[in-house]
This record gives sequence, structure tokens and C-alpha cells, in this order.
Amino acid sequence: MATGQLFSRTTQALFYNYKQLPIQRMLDFDFLCGRELPSVAGIINPGAEGFQKLFFGQEEIAIPVHSTVEAACAAHPTADVFINFASFRSAAASSMAALKQPTVRVVAIIAEGVPEADAKQLIAYARANNKVVIGPATVGGIQAGAFKIGDTAGTIDNIIACKLYRPGSVGFVSKSGGMSNELYNTIARVTDGIYEGIAIGGDVFPGSTLSDHVLRFNNIPQVKMIVVLGELGGRDEYSLVEALKQGKVSKPVVAWVSGTCARLFKSEVQFGHAGAKSGGEMESAQAKNQALKDAGAVVPTSYEAFETAIKETFGKLVEEGKISSVKEFTPPQIPEDLNIAIKSGKVRAPTHIISTISDDRGEEPCYAGVPMSSIVEQGYGVGDVISLLWFKRSLPRYCTHFIEICIMLCADHGPCVSGAHNTIVTARAGKDLVSSLVSGLLTIGPRFGGAIDDAARYFKDAYDRGLTPYEFVESMKKKGIRVPGIGHRIKRGDNRDKRVELLQLFARTHFPSVKYMEYAVQVETYTLSKANNLVLNVDGAIGSLFLDLLAGSGMFTKQEIDEIVGIGYLNGLFVLARSIGLIGEITDMINSFITMLLKAELLVVPS
Amino acid sequence: MARKKIREYDSKRLLKEHFKRFSGRDLPIKSAQVTESTDFNELAEKEPWLSSAKLVVKPDMLFGKRGKSGLVALNLNLDQVADFVKQRLGKEVEMGGCKGPITTFIVEPFIPHDQEFYLNIVSERLGCSISFSECGGIEIEENWDKVKTIFVPTGATFTSEVCAPLVATIPLEIKGEIEEFIQSVFALFQDLDFTFLEMNPFTLVDGKPYPLDMRGELDDTAAFKNFKKWGNIEFPMPFGRVMSSTESFVHGLDEKTSASLKFTVLNPEGRIWTMVAGGGASVIYADTVGDLGYASELGNYAEYSGAPNEEEVLQYARVVIDCATSDPDGQKRALVIGGGIANFTDVAATFNGIIRALKEKESKLKAARMNIYVRRGGPNYQRGLAKMRALGEEIGIPIEVYGPEATMTGICKQAIECITAAA
Repeated sequence: MATGQLFSRTTQALFYNYKQLPIQRMLDFDFLCGRELPSVAGIINPGAEGFQKLFFGQEEIAIPVHSTVEAACAAHPTADVFINFASFRSAAASSMAALKQPTVRVVAIIAEGVPEADAKQLIAYARANNKVVIGPATVGGIQAGAFKIGDTAGTIDNIIACKLYRPGSVGFVSKSGGMSNELYNTIARVTDGIYEGIAIGGDVFPGSTLSDHVLRFNNIPQVKMIVVLGELGGRDEYSLVEALKQGKVSKPVVAWVSGTCARLFKSEVQFGHAGAKSGGEMESAQAKNQALKDAGAVVPTSYEAFETAIKETFGKLVEEGKISSVKEFTPPQIPEDLNIAIKSGKVRAPTHIISTISDDRGEEPCYAGVPMSSIVEQGYGVGDVISLLWFKRSLPRYCTHFIEICIMLCADHGPCVSGAHNTIVTARAGKDLVSSLVSGLLTIGPRFGGAIDDAARYFKDAYDRGLTPYEFVESMKKKGIRVPGIGHRIKRGDNRDKRVELLQLFARTHFPSVKYMEYAVQVETYTLSKANNLVLNVDGAIGSLFLDLLAGSGMFTKQEIDEIVGIGYLNGLFVLARSIGLIGEITDMINSFITMLLKAELLVVPS
Repeated sequence: MARKKIREYDSKRLLKEHFKRFSGRDLPIKSAQVTESTDFNELAEKEPWLSSAKLVVKPDMLFGKRGKSGLVALNLNLDQVADFVKQRLGKEVEMGGCKGPITTFIVEPFIPHDQEFYLNIVSERLGCSISFSECGGIEIEENWDKVKTIFVPTGATFTSEVCAPLVATIPLEIKGEIEEFIQSVFALFQDLDFTFLEMNPFTLVDGKPYPLDMRGELDDTAAFKNFKKWGNIEFPMPFGRVMSSTESFVHGLDEKTSASLKFTVLNPEGRIWTMVAGGGASVIYADTVGDLGYASELGNYAEYSGAPNEEEVLQYARVVIDCATSDPDGQKRALVIGGGIANFTDVAATFNGIIRALKEKESKLKAARMNIYVRRGGPNYQRGLAKMRALGEEIGIPIEVYGPEATMTGICKQAIECITAAA
């Protein structure tokens, strides 16, 4: 490795595995630094192509998306950094593919949990081909004022607080990505700021090591001092010790190795990072701190004194006149994202859609305030869910049971009704399930199934106005309207619809009042006297009984009942029920159609 | 996480199951595992050699030097093995400063032998090093100068030329067998994602290499591609790591969530307790208390990270506070709620769970004369810190609160000053 600067203000990266936030954060950083060229040239998203829209300051830009590493590299030959946000399962393969591209010079691997053997292959390839691997298991790194990898350095506020939008004089390298953010702050407090910061990642074998970057920093003229934060476990720090002893590092190094507390643990201990494992004495933080100190690094007595050590070392450089003053500037304001501005209470935005029936914001979705777990645990049925989502209340069990009976009774009625017919024809024409279903549902209306609402409306109006069945039927006749809910193509007075009987039996047993149904029966008695096929049909029975449900349950105001009947909830019940049957017709059709084709083929085969 | 030690039984099981793929012949090793739940009759039925052969039994607990510690019994029959196990199962032993009960044994045929070879393979950054010696066995350390080591770079082919320095001095009639054995074991090592493998010793049975003692470590991050090859593998906790009920409760929480929740009691009577966000930062807080000279007062190591939700933080904080406030003795204590400057964790949101726990435990905190020190930065930290300050006033417990303007570990110093100040 060694050599010098990895990045510049014109460095562009390819970003593997589309992640909106880290890319946007890179572009925001670019804008903050006054970069003219966005730092992400292209995105690789396996299996996808096209563009992704992102913000560059106030403007929206379209970043090309490629489906393979090779295609992206061919399209963006000047992008020499590869930022890999693949999962630990696929990170090694995609990183190797990137390393093999002649245009790629630096690969940063974010995933934690890349197998050691895979990482070793990457290390070997990178060494042989003079390339740099940062990570795995890292947040990445940053060159102040020039280029930032992914999520490095956290929020924009933090980047501004740490003055990372312009270069300082300190090179920083650590294992921990989380702690690197802390150190950017510390270094900004006591020096003129970071020039470059790299987190090498917490794995046993990081792609590039602490000493790799220290030696590189030593070659960058703008870096005047180097800060190193190491960790117990592994022997990486000793290659830095060797480099110091051999005089390969001419700039002051302030170092601290964390993990001195490991000896307090009674048994072997593995801290958060894979590499942070207490092993032999050599790998202990104490031994490494001592070795670094002996080799000439500035090593404090504890982390608490780290900041002072950095401050004093920087102070000496200032005294020696080695630090030229940094050109300060005020970075431009990054336009705030709407959702963040809303969260902080700075702006408000009207909602596009309002839903008052269900809520998916909490730990589990709620239907009309009832959490999903109660619905399942308390054995709620489809009727209960309908009452929650349609009527926004929990109805008594007899009501929801009645709803369920209606759905079961109306689920199907053979192939010879318009809905089933249309569905079957559509399915036979080779259309998909949704198209076939919808073509059937669209026939629901005044002639087919859609009379429940009308029946309810007219029965309610007549009953509430105190019309006798005679007055009601005759007034309808005068207006030229057939009484909805009365009449059947096949059923007769002496051959009643079994479904109607079942509904009536249930209601008589469970409903507190069945006045609307009784009224419908009186109407039927009168119509039967006119013609034997003018029986109360299923629509009429459900329509009238629903009125009894609404009125008798005591759960609805008069106004609410009018609304429910007016909007057409009750036809919804029929649509819902018949969808079950229509889907059945479709699957039946697909199966029998295949059988038919097979038979047809058999016929054409000459015997 | 990464390198995990596995039991000798599993090392040998993997070797036996996969050896043929690399050498073309079976490796006729036999071994059986014995734990508290083992029924010797059932085991003897499954492994008939147990009833006919003379046996060796030893603890299989991830520690070495068993022979030197008198924990290996040779030349026994199965009844004697059962007796040996019965006398030691669940008994605590001390090995290298770690105390713990013996829970698992390995039983194998007793192989009388006079030759003892040493083989060791370690995965390193740029390849693997392979060590071999003709003078293996329990005196290996005394004979360390006879151990030969070669380095095989990543991607290089392990040819006879590469292997030659290892086997240069051994008699010609066994050289071929041993060289082939080392090559097969090395191929298996790489194929199964071993990171460490040691046979000390292996011997020759009917002229063929036969491992008597074996240690292994696997890279558990490679589990996703090896779960079939590894079979039912166990990654036991390091020897001597016995979890208290509070520690296992947190361990259980940790297993259930995608976040990370760690809790280890170091000294139940300690007067400085910590609850720190972030893997790197939590270690540094514990370090700092120790480096400032108060390791003996440090009650615990505790880390939460990876954005645990409020409920998880609440349950976690309850455990930490319960331990920190147990057995009040009239002396002041300190609770350090620390953390670095978060990248993207919403500080106010994670503090909600801690604040709820602190409110619940108000009286316990007061009884223990607890002083609380908070330091944290990151998104929304102003709101989080303000809530903490308000809590102090609300429940009347001394709370000092700092943001990113203060050093990360400054509150460790304050905690020490608090507990050392005259009461």
C-alpha cells in the first residue's frame, strides 16, 4: 500500500446495492464542500437498470443505475472508488468483481460478517494488484472538503460541527466506525480539524490496516500529525510499532489502544468487534499501548487524556510554525428534507389521504383501534373485522355472526348468473385472475345481486312512514318501480328460497327485534297474492334484516343508519361474498380448461 | 462475530465426516460425547465399540493441559468411564484462572502408541501457517525448537515442494503418509472455514495418521455457507463464563433482537456502574474507570447499540439499575449513562426507555444514594439531554448531563470523584 492520497474533490464512486440515504448523504456532503461534480457517478443494483433521482443541493439529479459491476465500470471509467453496501452474504463476490475492474482503485466494504477466508482472498488480490480495500465492517472514511464514503461522520449538523467540509491538518485512522465520529469531534475541538479519516473496520483481518493508512498519511504533505485509535485483539498495531521503530513515520503520532478493561473479565471475552477478542498478552491493549509508546508515539495514560495529548501535539506543531492557517468559509445551507423539517416542527404539510379505520404506525396494525393481536387472540371472525373496518365499532357477536352467514350464503350461486357467467367467459378467454374476477363483479347492480341496498332503502322508507304493505306495493307500481327484494326467477310461494328461511330463523332466534323483516314478510304475503313468483328473495331478506341489525343493536344512531343505507354498504357485502365464489369459478375453469385441452389433443392424435 | 472455539468432539466429527473428500479414504476415528443427559446404555447401543474397546475419557470444555491436570483417564472399560464421569460431572475446576463446572466429556478408544506428532494450522492475514513436529504430545513446549513452520500464502497451491520443509527429517517409510495427511487436513481446514486447528498429538495406527487430541476454531460468519457441512455444531461459551440470572436475562434479550445488548457483572459490590451506547465507546468507558485507578469499583460492563427499541431499552435498563442499586450500604454510588456521538441513532428516542426505567426505580436509586452522569451526542441529542435534566428535577436524584461539547469520558472522572468524596 503506502503511497498517498486516495481521494480528491473530483473523485467519483460507484455505489453497489441502491440505498437512498447514504447516497443522499454523500451528495449533501458534496454540496456542503462546494464540489461541482457529484461524488456518486453510478449505482449498481443487480437486476435493475435506469436512473435514480436524488438531490444535489436544491436540484434533482438522475444517477444512472446499472445491473452489473462490469457495465457500471464501462459506463463510468473515471469512477475509481467502489462503495459496497451488499449484505455479508454477497459482499465478497461483488467486491472481488470490482477489484478485478481496471478502473477501480479503492473498494470500501460496509457489511459486517464477511467470512474471514473471503476477506483474505480480497486482501491477497488487492495486494497483488496494488489496490486498496477499506473494511469490511466499516462505516468508511472521509477526506474533509473532498469526498465521503456513505454514512461516515453522521448527520450534516455533525459534519458542520466538526468542520469536515474543509480540510484541516490531522490524519486519523481507527478500527471502530462509531468511535471515529466521536474523534472527529474531539479533533475538531483541539486542532484545525481532520484532513482525512478512515475507519478500517472491526474484523480480525481488515482489508487495509492501521499502519497502511498511517504510512499513507505520512506521504500526504497536508497531513501534519496522525491520530490512531486501536483496539485490543490482533497484532495490527505492531506493524505500526515496527514502522515507527524503523523511522518510516516522520510525523507525530498520537495513539491509544482501547480495551485495557479486558483483564477485569474473568474468562476470555469477545467485545462488539470480531477482532476485539482478548487473546494472549501481546494482543492486550496494555501491551500495545506500551509498545507504541516505546516506539515513539504519544500515548496517553487513559482515553480521558487522549484529547489533551492531541491538543498538546498540535500545539507544538503550531509553535514550530508547521501549521499554515486554514482558509475558513461558511458552507452553504443544505435544503432540509420535508420529513425531517416536519419532525422538527419547522414546517407542516397537508396529508394526501386520510384513513380513520386502520393504523399501521405502531408496533402492530390496528383495525378501528383494536390491535391485531387482540383480533387473533380473542378469536374474532371475518364479521368482526367487517364491523371494525366498515362500521368502525365492535358489534355484538350475534351481529357479526349474521354478517358471516350473509357472506356464506351469498358466496356463490352457480354458473348461470351474470357475474359467474362473465367471470367464466373471461377466464376461458385466457385472462388472469384479477381481470376475470372484476369482469364478473362489474355486473353486480340492480338486476344482479345489487338489490340489497335498494330493498333496505324502500322497506325502511315505507315502514318508517307507516305505509301498509298494500299502500307500499301499489305506490311503487304507480311509479313503475319493481319492489326490490321481491321476486325470483325459479322460487315460488310453495317453494321458498332455503337461504331466506335460514336467515329468518337465525334472526328470530338471536335478534332483539325483527320489525323490518316482519314488514318485508307482510309485503311478501301481499305480493304472493298477485303472483306466485313474487317471493321475498335473498336480497330482500338481507336488506330488511340488516335494518333490524342496525336499529336493534342499539349501536347506531338514526343518522348513521340512514348513512349506511344511503352509501351502499350492503351491496359491499354482496361484492365481498360473491368474490369468494367467482374466484372459485376461475380456478375451476383453469383446471377444467387444461383437462379439456388435453382431451382435445387426444382426439387429434390418430389412432 | 467471528472465530469461535468448538469442542474436541465436533472438531473430530468434522474431520471424520469430511476427510474422505480430500484424501479418498476414510479416517477410522471414533469418539462419543457425554453430558448430563447421556444415557450410557443408549450410547453403547449407538456406538458399539464403547463396550468392546478399552477407552479414554477427558473433559471437552475448550481448555487444554488436561493430561497435566490429571483430568484424563486411560485404559478404562465403559463402566469405569461412567464412574469417572459421575465423579466429575458438574464439579467445578480451575483452569488458568478461570473457574467453572465440567459439563461435557469426550470418550474415545484407548490407542497405545509410542509416536506422537504435532500439527497446527492457523489462519493469518496473508495466508495460513502450518507447523509440524515429530516430538508432539504434552512435552511440546519443551521441544518447541523442533517445531517446523511454513507459510502458505492465500491462493497458493499446497504442493509437495511447499510441504517439504515440514517433513524433511522424518523417516522415508512414513513420510508419504504424513505429507498426504497434512495436505488433506489443510484442504479440509480451508473448505470448512476453520481458522485454527491443532492435533497434539496425532500418531500412526496401522501406518496411517490418527489424531488423538484435537482443538479447532471455526469462523462463525461463514455459517451461512457451511450449515450443511458443519451439521449440528455447537459454539460453547468460553470456559469459566458462567452467566448470572441477570446476565442470562440480558443475553436472552440480545438473542431476540437485531440490536446488541450486552451486560457482564464484574463486581457486584462495585460502586461505579455503566450503561453505554456503542460497542467501541462501551469498552472505552470501562477502560477509563480502570485506567484512572478504580477498576475495583467498576460494577459492570454494559453496551447497547444497533438501535434497540424503547421497550428493549427499558427492560435492559431495569436490569442494570437493579444490579447497580442492590444491597445499599449507605455509601454513594454512580451510574454512568454514556455514549459517543451517534451517527444516526435518535438519542431522544433511546433515552425514553432509560428514563422510564429510572422513574420506575426512583426509590431504589435513592436508597442506594445513586448519582447519575449522562454524556451523549448525535441526532436529536438536545431533546434527549433536556429530558434527562428534567427527570433529575422531577424525581430528585442528582443527574449531571453533558453533550458533545464535553469529552466522552469526562463523566468517568466525575463518577470517581463522587464515590471518593467524603460521604
